[in-house]
Amino acid sequence: MHPVIRTVLQRLGLGLLTLFAVSVIIFSSLELLPGGFAEAILGQGATPETVAAFNKSLGLDRPPVTRYVEWLGGAVQGDFGKSFAGAGGWREENVRFVSDIIGPRFYNTFFLAALTALIAVPIAIALGLFAALYRNGWFDRIINSVTLTTIASPEFFVAYVLVLIAVGNKNGFAAVLPDGWGPMVKPFVSWIPDLPPLATVSKGTPFWEHVWKAILPAITLTLVIVAHMMRMTRASIISLLANPYIEMAKLKGLSPRQVIVRHALPNAWAPIATVIAFNLAYLVVGVVVVEVVFTYPGIGQLMVDSVGSRDMPVAQACALIFAATYILLNLVADIIAIVTNPRLLHPK
Amino acid sequence: MTSDVKPADKSRVKGSTLVEIKGLKIDGYSDDKWHPIIKGLDLTLKRGEVIGLIGESGAGKSTLGLAAMGYTKPGCKITAGSVTFDGIDLVNASQDRLRELWGSRISYVAQSASASFNPAHKLMEQVTESALNHGVMDKAAAEADAKDLFKRLQLPNPDTIGGRYPHQVSGGQLQRAMTAMAMSCRPDLIIFDEPTTALDVTTQVEVLAAMRRIVEEFNTAAIYITHDLAVVAQMAHRIMVLRYGNLVEEAETRAMLKAPTQDYTKSLWAVRKLEKKEEKSDDIALSVSNVDASYSGVVKVLDNVTVRIPRGKTVAVVGESGSGKSTLARAITGLLPPSKGRISFNGKDLPARLQDRDRDTLRRIQMIYQSADTALNPRQTVRDIIGRPLEFYLGLTGAEKDRRIVKLLDAIELNEDFIDRYPGEMSGGQKQRISIARALAAEPEIIICDEVTSALDQIVQEEILKLLMKLQKETKVTYLFITHDIATVRAISDEIVVMYKGKVVQQGLKSDVLNPPYPAYTELLLSSVPQMDPDWLTTLLRKRSGAAA
Amino acid sequence: MTTENVDIRSVRTRRSFMQNAWRALKSAPPSAIFGMTVIAVYVLCAIFAPLIAPYGEAEVVGKAYAPASAQNWFGLDQIGRDVFSRVLYGARNTMGIAFLTVCISFTLGGLLGIYAAVTRGILDQVLSRIVDVFMSIPVLIFALMLLAMRPFDAVENWFGLHGTFSQGVKTILNLIFILAVLDSTRVFRLARNTALSVAVQDFVEAARLRGEGLRWVVLREIVPNILPPLIAEFGLRFSFVFLTIAALSFLGVGIQPPTADWGSMVAESKTLITFGRPQPLIPAAAIALLTVAVNFVVDWFLHKTSGLRDDK
Repeated sequence: MHPVIRTVLQRLGLGLLTLFAVSVIIFSSLELLPGGFAEAILGQGATPETVAAFNKSLGLDRPPVTRYVEWLGGAVQGDFGKSFAGAGGWREENVRFVSDIIGPRFYNTFFLAALTALIAVPIAIALGLFAALYRNGWFDRIINSVTLTTIASPEFFVAYVLVLIAVGNKNGFAAVLPDGWGPMVKPFVSWIPDLPPLATVSKGTPFWEHVWKAILPAITLTLVIVAHMMRMTRASIISLLANPYIEMAKLKGLSPRQVIVRHALPNAWAPIATVIAFNLAYLVVGVVVVEVVFTYPGIGQLMVDSVGSRDMPVAQACALIFAATYILLNLVADIIAIVTNPRLLHPK
Repeated sequence: MTSDVKPADKSRVKGSTLVEIKGLKIDGYSDDKWHPIIKGLDLTLKRGEVIGLIGESGAGKSTLGLAAMGYTKPGCKITAGSVTFDGIDLVNASQDRLRELWGSRISYVAQSASASFNPAHKLMEQVTESALNHGVMDKAAAEADAKDLFKRLQLPNPDTIGGRYPHQVSGGQLQRAMTAMAMSCRPDLIIFDEPTTALDVTTQVEVLAAMRRIVEEFNTAAIYITHDLAVVAQMAHRIMVLRYGNLVEEAETRAMLKAPTQDYTKSLWAVRKLEKKEEKSDDIALSVSNVDASYSGVVKVLDNVTVRIPRGKTVAVVGESGSGKSTLARAITGLLPPSKGRISFNGKDLPARLQDRDRDTLRRIQMIYQSADTALNPRQTVRDIIGRPLEFYLGLTGAEKDRRIVKLLDAIELNEDFIDRYPGEMSGGQKQRISIARALAAEPEIIICDEVTSALDQIVQEEILKLLMKLQKETKVTYLFITHDIATVRAISDEIVVMYKGKVVQQGLKSDVLNPPYPAYTELLLSSVPQMDPDWLTTLLRKRSGAAA
Repeated sequence: MTTENVDIRSVRTRRSFMQNAWRALKSAPPSAIFGMTVIAVYVLCAIFAPLIAPYGEAEVVGKAYAPASAQNWFGLDQIGRDVFSRVLYGARNTMGIAFLTVCISFTLGGLLGIYAAVTRGILDQVLSRIVDVFMSIPVLIFALMLLAMRPFDAVENWFGLHGTFSQGVKTILNLIFILAVLDSTRVFRLARNTALSVAVQDFVEAARLRGEGLRWVVLREIVPNILPPLIAEFGLRFSFVFLTIAALSFLGVGIQPPTADWGSMVAESKTLITFGRPQPLIPAAAIALLTVAVNFVVDWFLHKTSGLRDDK
């Protein structure tokens, strides 16, 4: 077998194995729940009969391994079981399927993440490239201190600053600035469009309206991940340019453009793919907080709600989806690194 | 392409001045300060002439070589002086102007070929890149020319090797391919920057021969940078000896080798002048019998190795990379238990694993490493480093321990003030002395020295070797000396073990091994070591082609 | 470049540790000085919060959402508590909990990581694989899920401690326990890798050849060499844990009211922002400022210690 195919298959296998292990952790952590599901949902005062009925209706009276296999089998097909919502008055007709709850929200989160990636990735790579090529210049220095600051700021800080700008823009920053300053500032900020401070979308929201409403969350996420991504891009480009073959290319009389295009770029795919994957994975985390700030109906918000109400099947499903995304992104980056590695592509 | 950049071949008159460097000063930036690297140097190179730049680390030879092509490494700057190439002022030339020259009229051959070839492109693409980029030839002509160059450089399969990727060919072949790359535009000047330093001696000979032949064939001027005087003697018409960015001595090659005027120049072959008088002994301290060892369990790194080490003598184990000589040391120390065979010490079997040996056995076998930088803990003072074996093996503490440390420092010719120093506050040679003192502190019977001088400059090497011999005389300690350098072997050994690909080729007294009749590999190895004779390479090549014919 | 015989007899006076530290401080760049000042102010606020704060942590002093005034510098919150006082108490709670968490995660992850690196073998293999799996789930997601489980309830059951702790304390113990375990996987990875890079050096091999035991190898040969990166990592882990706690509290599943905490303070007053009032930004800015400060100091420390070795 060709070494590239073999290495890719090995990596895929490792990814699957990790996913499997993660699913075991997620599933079994639920088993640790003291008093079990029933007590968590029905309260400690529930009669043994109610508990038994509850357990039976959810199939919790069977051994954990059987339930795990079923859960995993369902999860693979997109079926995560039944929600606990409507707990207490547990009745068949109130039961909702987790997949029905997650479906539309998954679309929303994916939409937000894709929008962010579309804005953030080109900006970050371009900035990182410029900072690396003109390193230690004024551009590099400014970008360095700005990004060091944004990296350290929590997402909700960035988000609320943006909201304040969006809202304050309408009333001339009356509450922020001392009396009388508002009108003076007004001409300078009037170009900022009236952005919606809350991203309330629903199933029927048209595409462009969806984009418009998701623009502030997307900008927030962009600000947070561009800083990371740009710094990592800069670092990996600089280490790439330190290779002796780059100096050799210069000393062969190639122009800076030729050096970059012919000699740096073919070797840059792997590090850049790693940087992008790492940051998109980081996006997965940022999405949770940002969705809550902007009350955007995505999986992140759903997960926070389900944790608050201890709706375990939903929380598990969300965790599994987040973890799977994270693993998948890293897998893609590794596979790009494998298929662009000349040593593997052209074995001895 | 303007006419003054690429003159017609007939204008390359031999003997006219090609490069002229005057009063050159270059500073380098490190530790938040500018330090002088080149402190005012002149250099004149005629067309078709090869000049050798020689010096130890920090001499500024590479910086000067690169300056001759108008290039300074990042973090370096030219502060004074001029560099003129064929009438063109390179110091003030624009980047565009320099790019027209680089690759076409001046080219560069770097030390590490494997790092200087782009892993993403085939050899042919990289070798022809300059010619295509400078518009000297079209693609077909450039590729045909590259194949011709490959043939002239005696690369195997010259017609197909260009289709391979850098990682698919060996280091010696890659170095020759880089020479072809430098030659592709038939430049007026090539800078060779330590091109054979990373190669084994047997490979080095082939590469040196190929480079010399092609430079002569095309009458190319060259600057050859190295730290090895014997190598540069084969390549250069004239030699400049540099030290700390200053010129020490400059002369025609033959004149310099015959009658160097400066002591420093003589010190560059200091180790070659050492020669221990060999002594024979049949009192075996340690013997290795029929030992096999491997790291993975599949490939044998040691294959049926048998070595006898006589007490109080020095046995040198010599071989190229991959010969298994360092693995032999690991087997003896117990770090890599052999899969077969016995190791006996003072007539008793030595437990194979380190964990199974008692403290007194461990004390009797000590080890000194190649790089004192990694062999000494940077967070411990000399007192901790030398004091620990005294405390651990001999139970010395307090003032008595300190007195012993001072005595040991005295033995390795260092002042007692060193007792509170950290490794970072000492030079390479001083650190290696501390390593020696640490081994000595255990009062061992055998010290295994693994390439202990190969990271050091010549003068320092000589000092360390002399010190080791003095200590042997005083303490009767036995050395197992692992090295790839024949001059070191000659300097220090009583007996020699020659290893090749995990097997022992030969063991015997120094006089037996270094004199005919030789086994085939020993002959190849010994004959490949460059000599301080400008005709050595010519004679050797004639002899070898005669033997082949 | 030092020559062999130039400084062979030279006598140099050795500076004490304090002198060295003082010299390093004096040469620190403005960003690091700024960072250290901010951290010092925060720590002082955290320690002396009860003395500095004009009002109590849960003391209602006026009308809800009253704007800033001379008595209440930052205004009042949703039930009329003084925001300035709560920010001071918040420093104590948020920083204290984060610090405790990182201490636990370093003890756990650091010890296991170094032990795994030195002994290699099966334990290293098993721990490394487990850590790989744990690291493939983002901390915030994992923490969210585990917080719903309330693992401390199980601890309470096992030891029969029912009623010993109040609900608020239990939430905090849950938080510390979960984050410490999750964070220790990151510490393990770093400690193992840095220790491994030292463990393969010749001086460690030399110690093993001498016959030294595990204790000596770890404490004398390895730990002194990995201390600087570990200290820097402590700073970075602290700001990461601190941000995670703030995020979880903001999401309403971390530190619970009435305990003052910067993350939940942002969440409690977030409606004000839609009226254009910046009050929720105050605790948020307090969080941001501290993490920026820690990053500045760590940056300088890393630069300083990595360059120290060739300092002659």
